[in-house]
Amino acid sequence: MERRVVITGLGVVSPNGVGIDNFTTAIKNGTSGVEFYNELKELNFSCCIGGIPKVSEVLKRNYFTELQLRNFNSSGILYGCMAGMDAWKDAGLSITESSDKDSGTIFGAGTSGVEKFREAIYKLDAKNVRRLGSTVVAQTMASGVSAYLGGILGLGNQVTTNSSACATGTEAILMGFDRIKAGRAKRMVVGSTSDHGAYLWGGFDAMHVLTYKHNESPKTGSRPMSATASGFVPGSGAGAMVIESLESAQERGATIYAEILGGDTNSGGQRNQGTMTAPSSEAVQRCIKNAVAHSNIKPKEIDVINGHLTATTKDYLEIYNWSKALGLKGIDFPYINSLKSMVGHCLSAAGSIECVASVLQLHHNFIFPNINCEDMNKEIVSLISEQKVPQVLIEKEVNIVAKASFGFGDVNACVIFKKFKA
Amino acid sequence: MSKKEQLISELKLIIRPYVQDEFAFENLNEDTDFIADLKINSANLVDVILDIEDKYDIVLDNESMDKMLNVKAAMEVINTKVSEK
Repeated sequence: MERRVVITGLGVVSPNGVGIDNFTTAIKNGTSGVEFYNELKELNFSCCIGGIPKVSEVLKRNYFTELQLRNFNSSGILYGCMAGMDAWKDAGLSITESSDKDSGTIFGAGTSGVEKFREAIYKLDAKNVRRLGSTVVAQTMASGVSAYLGGILGLGNQVTTNSSACATGTEAILMGFDRIKAGRAKRMVVGSTSDHGAYLWGGFDAMHVLTYKHNESPKTGSRPMSATASGFVPGSGAGAMVIESLESAQERGATIYAEILGGDTNSGGQRNQGTMTAPSSEAVQRCIKNAVAHSNIKPKEIDVINGHLTATTKDYLEIYNWSKALGLKGIDFPYINSLKSMVGHCLSAAGSIECVASVLQLHHNFIFPNINCEDMNKEIVSLISEQKVPQVLIEKEVNIVAKASFGFGDVNACVIFKKFKA
Repeated sequence: MSKKEQLISELKLIIRPYVQDEFAFENLNEDTDFIADLKINSANLVDVILDIEDKYDIVLDNESMDKMLNVKAAMEVINTKVSEK
């Protein structure tokens, strides 16, 4: 019989909640984690709002030693390790002296330690390369987060970092899923992280893809599916899950949050309207269709779609693609929500944080509300029933959630989660 | 406190954050080896040296850095560099 893959641990470091309990409460209540940052204003950003998780110096020390924190300046590695360690603990796993050959990690990132890199560049340009210290490489290498996390947890299977822009987190889950399916690991910590702040967000501000209209009203700035969506709000953080073979989970008597049925990753090849920055609709639809087929479900079995929906004028196009791919519209379309309304677009961390939110909906039977779309985009309403875009919390049985993420480079990832039934 | 004892106690403060063997640290003396005894991660030796530079306002060349593998050698290098100031 083919191996089944289940989720047994969750961890999250989100702008609107650090830790699974705080995050669950926040997404049920529709709590925004977006705030105004004076630093961005001082640097002449057009968009001066963003989402940054609240991690105190005291909290950091629950995860890192003083030695690890010495000269440490990589927010992405911090968030990723916190989420990964929380997921590991949540799965009931312990950290042992010897390495665990059955467990690995695929932990994605878009950049690593941009602030550390900036520090290093200043020193280097001052002809002081000899004073960089010993951790510039570990903090700024793309695989920094998986290297730190692998060492902390003692992972002895594959330890790597994937990177596919805003599809990174969802892709990481599917890569770990494939590895377990293939029988090459019993369990994988999968997730993704994103640095925070000006040096990462500046490029997006320059592209005019961020909203500049909500500097006075940060909590209403991220407006997916709204008629007044005017660009995304940059975010940061990390999401993580422990996924493992059903056999391994049952042997350990682990709590099973959900099953991963399947999914797909692809690209539009930057052809047919697909570009570096815009997705090809053909490829998006193909990705969703393949994910549904691979999971052996029918589109109408999907209860909730957790969309990519960044709060640009292109949200309509995403809904159109879902509708086309699933062959569902109007009142037959599943419920759809976007976590970005509360936390902004967490970039390389978006997929994993949103997948954690998707799994929480399955496990606790709720559909979190979309905030800031009281003025729904009329084109979207012409495709799907307005009541399928909940603006208040819905408590109901949820069995299947579809989650997709799309990224620069015309890359797509779609995963299907199902409530676990033996 | 002799000058030597003073230097050892200053060195102890500098290397404290990097030490992985508490017992060896408690019993630190001139013959204590940074890696073999104190179990300092070899990559962190670079950081120890930078902290020494900051503390004594000296610059250590590559040859001096290569020599600084134990307390005695570190003390010699520091004394030499400080006297050259």
